[in-house]
Amino acid sequence: MHPFAIELLQLLMLLGLAPAFAGWVKVVKCRLQGRTSPGILQPYRDIGRLFVKDVVLAENASWIFRFTPYLAFGVTVLAGGIIPLISVDLPLAATADIIALVMLFAIIRFFTALAGMDIGTAFGGMGASREMMISSLAEPAMLMAVFTVSLASSSTSLTHMVTVMAHNPLMIRPSLAFALIAFIMIALAETGRIPVDNPATHLELTMIHEAMILEYSGRYLALIEWAGMMKLMLFFSLGIAAFCPWGIAAGGDPPDLALGVAAFIFKLMLGGVIMVLIETGLAKMRIFRVSEYLGSAFLLATLGMIAFFILE
Amino acid sequence: MSNALVVQLNMLLAALILLTSFALLVQRRIFAILHIFAWQGFFLGLSTAIIGYATGVHHLYVSSLLTLGMKVVLLPYILYKLIHKLKIHREIESMINTPATMMVGIALVIFSYHLTAPIRQLSSLMTRSTLALALATVMLGLLMMVTRRHAVSQIMGFLAMENGLFFAATSATYGMPMVVELGVALDLLIAAFIFGIFFFHINTTFDSLDVEQMAKLKETD
Amino acid sequence: MTLVILLWISILLAVALAFIGDWRYAPEVNILGSALTFAASVVLALKVYQGGAFSAGGNFFFVDPFNVYLVVLTTFVSTTTSIFSRRYMRIERSHGRVGHWRMRFYHAMFQLFIFAMLMALLTNNFGVLWISMELATLATVLLVSLYRTPNAIEAAWKYFILCGVGIAQALFGTVLLYFAAERVLGEGGNALLWTNLSQVSGQLEPTVLRLAFVFLMVGYGTKVGLVPMHNWLPDAHSEGPTPISAVLSGLLLNVALYALVRCKSLVDGSTGTHLAGNMMMGFGLLSLLVASFSLLRQKDIKRLFAYSSIEHMGIATFAFGLGGPIATFGGMLHMLVHSLTKSAVFFSVGHASQMHGTQEMARIRGLIRGNPAVGWGLLLGVMALSGMPPFGLFASEFLILTATIKDRPLLTPLLLIGLAVAFAALFRRVQPMVAGLIPPWQKPITAANIPVFLHMSLVLMLGLYLPVFLSHWFQMAVGLLK
Repeated sequence: MHPFAIELLQLLMLLGLAPAFAGWVKVVKCRLQGRTSPGILQPYRDIGRLFVKDVVLAENASWIFRFTPYLAFGVTVLAGGIIPLISVDLPLAATADIIALVMLFAIIRFFTALAGMDIGTAFGGMGASREMMISSLAEPAMLMAVFTVSLASSSTSLTHMVTVMAHNPLMIRPSLAFALIAFIMIALAETGRIPVDNPATHLELTMIHEAMILEYSGRYLALIEWAGMMKLMLFFSLGIAAFCPWGIAAGGDPPDLALGVAAFIFKLMLGGVIMVLIETGLAKMRIFRVSEYLGSAFLLATLGMIAFFILE
Repeated sequence: MSNALVVQLNMLLAALILLTSFALLVQRRIFAILHIFAWQGFFLGLSTAIIGYATGVHHLYVSSLLTLGMKVVLLPYILYKLIHKLKIHREIESMINTPATMMVGIALVIFSYHLTAPIRQLSSLMTRSTLALALATVMLGLLMMVTRRHAVSQIMGFLAMENGLFFAATSATYGMPMVVELGVALDLLIAAFIFGIFFFHINTTFDSLDVEQMAKLKETD
Repeated sequence: MTLVILLWISILLAVALAFIGDWRYAPEVNILGSALTFAASVVLALKVYQGGAFSAGGNFFFVDPFNVYLVVLTTFVSTTTSIFSRRYMRIERSHGRVGHWRMRFYHAMFQLFIFAMLMALLTNNFGVLWISMELATLATVLLVSLYRTPNAIEAAWKYFILCGVGIAQALFGTVLLYFAAERVLGEGGNALLWTNLSQVSGQLEPTVLRLAFVFLMVGYGTKVGLVPMHNWLPDAHSEGPTPISAVLSGLLLNVALYALVRCKSLVDGSTGTHLAGNMMMGFGLLSLLVASFSLLRQKDIKRLFAYSSIEHMGIATFAFGLGGPIATFGGMLHMLVHSLTKSAVFFSVGHASQMHGTQEMARIRGLIRGNPAVGWGLLLGVMALSGMPPFGLFASEFLILTATIKDRPLLTPLLLIGLAVAFAALFRRVQPMVAGLIPPWQKPITAANIPVFLHMSLVLMLGLYLPVFLSHWFQMAVGLLK
């Protein structure tokens, strides 16, 4: 297959599978907590319904407010073009490395926070300030964790990292173990899951991400929700690519690609189950404890890096 | 087990020991500290046994059993009983500036790495790279003794330091001579006895095991 | 054989006294046992004097002129201390400050402490040396808190924690030493034996030994009470019973310094430089200066003399660090006379504070009028401590000063400042205590005068004239440490 065709396939997969993945997480969670689930397709229905609804805009909304959903959506799709999901032969991946990827996520967060403050409601500002606090702590930890992985493969290019990781003989590497734990902790914070944020609540005291996007409606909200689902999936893909890329296709051979898709979907589903287990096992922590939580993540990531130098 | 696997396993255990040291450093609940300490002892004992198996230095088995017996079973059990008897199991220590403590901890790890560099170069043992982590464990135990204000946590720091020393001996030289290891274990046992008595004395005299109150003896002007 | 008897007496005595420690004649048993140990140590010393160094017990023990003189000193001071403690502890018992159990505990731990120190001195193995040092700490921790007052518990806790931290560093140093030794001597217990190590010190890896010495210095230096690791020392000395202060100051610090000197001679032998010596000089000088200035602000009499111990251990450490025959000779003499003087001073101090019911210097007055033996004992002791001529400390300080002027002239002013400040500080405090009228709160007591008298006359004798056998002995020891 032509590399650009792979790229296109991957983007379509991202766009199409992201709601299904969010649905899958919900289904597993409902099962685990003994509730009846709305079904794996519910996110599609939600997005579809939002797209046909009218947009209600505040009078004082500026261009930032209207621009942000498109930006968030576009940048997320762009990020999806960089992370190798099913094959390492990605033309877009050469344009940006893992640092650029972290920065892409930072751009989304920055504009979402601005948009949250744009209308001038109390909730938006509160959500924005909380989000900024979390991200200022999570970002260095995130970089530290991915640096540890890139140390192991001595490159910051994602495709190169994946190739090295997939082809090295299996060995126990404490540095990667630390980095993985740190990565999971940060990913939970970045995607707004328990124990940092609760995506299912609109409780005024605890919400963070939901508070920022409280003023959105109609297609804007649909775009933001969709982008959020893709972001969740992308963090999983990043974790899979960095820590267990086995099964990913090296080139464009259709059988390899088929295996890559199957392996990816399997790992994604498994990852979803793990996340649900973590979320069910933990309680949401008070916002003041988040700094300690992310501090520990940073510590772990740094330990991983140190362990790499000392032990390997 | 192949040699490469032993080295990797040992590294993993070393990393876990370091992780438990950090966990001890920032943990507030007394029982959680006790559990983490027991885990540290367990990793230590396991690592010693693995090295003993791989190198054929059989007295390491004895050391390993000694570690498992004392640091995983006996000492935590004694402390558990003491804590229950003194009714302090619900105490939560107030700590200042956990992130700063962690940063200092990381700096200590790097410092240990540099300090042990000459030994790493000289040594040909398969465990040479873990020596830096062993020294770091000692240093972190020391840091814990300095930053903590609770008598039990200070003692846990002391014991963690002892763990680090034991680990250092295993990493640098496959363990000290038997007579020395037995002697050190004996000293540790006596020390455990003594701090047990101390907990009672401090608790009855100061009504708490918070050593912050013990600040009378200062240079008077 | 003598050696085994020597060690067994104290350990058996410790066990026996654990049961009969509060018996009417327990103090006498304690004295008798200590005297027997002393006799055995003299026999041992004679053996070394005639036959030279030897090792025993399958290389487990090693006796040479350097450690045997400290063994004799240890057993001698422990004997006189047990004589002193007989009266002292009886007074404490009658005042109700200690009860039945604590008397038993006190006597047993006293002997265990002596055992640990003898073991540390006599062992050939650096690992066992460490173990014995730790045992000596542990034996004294609960003695410091014997009175169970909040202050005593705080002091003992501080002692326990700080020395625990310090001694752990020394163990790490020992591990590193073993690592270096193993590469030359092969695996197994032999690689930590002093007799083997001293022979191959030139082949030991210098980089490792340098690192090891930093840890050993911090570790054993904590026990010597060197600044800045000295915080535990004044507290432990001031809050425990006086006999314990006397043996801590007079003996334990010596044993720790002994360990340090052994390590130093190995390390300097290996690196071929003067690095370890320089470090010891630095720590010694710092201790001397800090301690002598701290002396100026003390209010508690036992703390005062605790700081004086830091000062004197600083001088001795400095002397050993300086090296060379004269300084080493001076250092050994200094350890000897300081032990004798300081324990004598603590005996007098103990009685003085019992007479006044306080350790506050402002309330201790008119000692010479109240109890001439105690008063004069304190005054003479302080004169000796501050290095006044006819006493032994003058001789040793003079030797050290001479060697300094010769080898490191630039350090002489610092040394002199320290000595002068200490002199002034001690006299300013002690003069009003011994002179003057008897205050109304002073109570008469029956003091134990023999130990003070014995110690002070020895110190006086060593100042006026050094017996030939002693100087010969010291020279043998100096030869060993080159």
